[in-house]
Amino acid sequence: MLEIRNLSAGVTGKEILKGLSLSVQPGEVHAIMGPNGSGKSTLAGVLAGRSEYAVTGGGVTFNGADLLEMKPEERARAGVFLAFQYPVEIPGVNSTYFLKAALNECRKARHEEELDAVEFLALVKNKTKLLELDPALLNRPVNEGFSGGEKKRNEIFQMAVLEPKLAILDETDSGLDIDALRIVAGGVNKLRRPDNATLVITHYQRLLNYIVPDFVHVLANGRIVKSGGKELALELEKRGYDWILEGVASGNNGKA
Amino acid sequence: METLEKAPIRASAPVDTLAAALAAFASIPVEENPPWLKPIRAQARKSLDALGFPTTRHEEWRFTNIAPLLQLPLHPAASNGRQLTAADVAPFRMETDGLCLVFVDGWFREDLSSAPQQKGGLLLASLRAALAGSAPGLEAHLTRHAAFTESFFTALNTAFFHDGAFVSVPAGLIVEKPVQLLYLATASQQGAATQNRTLVLAGKGGSLKIVETYASLHESAHFTNAVTELVLDAEARVEHCRLQNENGRAFHVSTVQAVQAQGSQWTSHSIATGARLARNQVQTLLNAQGAEAVLNGLYLGRHEQLIDHHTVVDHAQPHCQSHEFYHGVLADRSHGVFNGKIFVRPDAQKTNAKQTNRNLLLSGDASIDTKPQLEIFADDVKCTHGATIGQLNDEALFYLRARGIGLAQARRMLIRAFANDVVERVTIAPAREHLDRLLQDRFADTTV
Repeated sequence: MLEIRNLSAGVTGKEILKGLSLSVQPGEVHAIMGPNGSGKSTLAGVLAGRSEYAVTGGGVTFNGADLLEMKPEERARAGVFLAFQYPVEIPGVNSTYFLKAALNECRKARHEEELDAVEFLALVKNKTKLLELDPALLNRPVNEGFSGGEKKRNEIFQMAVLEPKLAILDETDSGLDIDALRIVAGGVNKLRRPDNATLVITHYQRLLNYIVPDFVHVLANGRIVKSGGKELALELEKRGYDWILEGVASGNNGKA
Repeated sequence: METLEKAPIRASAPVDTLAAALAAFASIPVEENPPWLKPIRAQARKSLDALGFPTTRHEEWRFTNIAPLLQLPLHPAASNGRQLTAADVAPFRMETDGLCLVFVDGWFREDLSSAPQQKGGLLLASLRAALAGSAPGLEAHLTRHAAFTESFFTALNTAFFHDGAFVSVPAGLIVEKPVQLLYLATASQQGAATQNRTLVLAGKGGSLKIVETYASLHESAHFTNAVTELVLDAEARVEHCRLQNENGRAFHVSTVQAVQAQGSQWTSHSIATGARLARNQVQTLLNAQGAEAVLNGLYLGRHEQLIDHHTVVDHAQPHCQSHEFYHGVLADRSHGVFNGKIFVRPDAQKTNAKQTNRNLLLSGDASIDTKPQLEIFADDVKCTHGATIGQLNDEALFYLRARGIGLAQARRMLIRAFANDVVERVTIAPAREHLDRLLQDRFADTTV
């Protein structure tokens, strides 16, 4: 589904990703872990199409198409969804209006009929339950006046409505208390299907107790330096990142 | 030391044009005038000479060069302009069955208007008809509030207006239905000029919602010079919405002057989307305790448009409030001007005045000159002002796009949200709907 080959990218004058490769198949959950500054958010940004990052090498295909050639909205319509680390408040743009417009753009791209207001509201009602989200929030402007937890739940709620093929969760656990974490993770789990995949980007292992990954990758200095199963996350939790980073520095590529 | 620069320097051609235009305006017969108006018109004509045609040397016109107006062959628009039918007018009417006075090229058209005799004594009349009779309040108020000795264009209107609207709400009457004054320009000759005049009187405790609409039915360069006076007696409430959407070659100059008595509430909306050059003067005099004024404005510029708002809130008495919200969206090479004056006179203690001007520049070539001007002579007052100039929020744009919304639509959504901040303050339902449609159309073809 997603093939990242030898990807290098950064901001002007500074390379952050330095030859990253990763392959994600339908039905899989991959966790990308790594210390601060390792390039986790850059990876999420490049995949979603943030213009501030320049790709300097390598490539990314999504279901065979060149992802990097696509505009952000084309990626979303093709089924790539980024749950933002910092969801943006958009004063004056009503949440329901926004999400209906977004869903219908995605449906048009999939050659599906657009939903009318009644159909859309029925869908929304159903999905808000999944995230235990107060439906009244949807009468407000996008994310405006939402608490930190509500913003993160709203991200997963949008994901539930848009039904992407690939969801990228960028530090979705940051700023969540344990109850909110459980709700958000529960939502993500219920949305798992054999034909979609999830990329969980996180600094802490905590979230992975709830969203159990099939693969865990350690990102350091812009590259994946170690990959393993879910037990790798537990080991990182116990031992921190230093042992891997030292391994990288001493040239044995993390095989400590 | 006197210098030559201080003397008004005017190129010869425009002066000739102006002189010819003034002579042409004067040629319209005004024999219906009641005697009391004649000396006022004469004074106004003297003011024209004394004031001179404004140039960018005048502080009030520093950012707005109105000189191109004089390149038009200015002449009074004829009363026998284009033959219009109700169907031609329909798209501009807020409600098909609403109260509406229609003016074509400055002349009242009874056949296109619908102003049935109202219960309770609401007076809706053409000014020309009112001047021919003896409508109460007319002599006391017409031309008495918009100061023609200080403004060339107010003087021009005062000297030469021949028709317009007279709306009078008797004391205690709550007029539920909104009133629309529809001023249409139809003359196809360049330089056709109209001097529209409106007088609104709201008696003690009376309430009125009124909409002035200015639009063109063709694309030639015409000139509208409108003056509206609104007089609010004690506890009167008037919501006044001005929609200016004339064609992109037109010149539109307007003055709105309100005068507010004790406890009165005036809400003004100035929505300016049309004309090549639009200059709107919106002014209120808070003339007794407890008066409140809300001045909302929205200007949308594109292409080479210049849209100028000069507002004056004059706190002459204590315990009055004013709130001012002007938003501008400027695309292409358009230019916005906002000048907001707030005067707080020495007696006006406990004044609460707030002014905000926010601007969205959609292109690197668009520009805004914004200037708050607070002159405060009382010491126990609360006055705040703020102006912002910015672009569309990139993070918000990316967020919308990351959900599948295309760039153009995402930009429209954000612009619309910015404009809605002002639009939502319009509580006249049909005006609001009319405005929603207008903005929808406008943004649908905005090259964003």
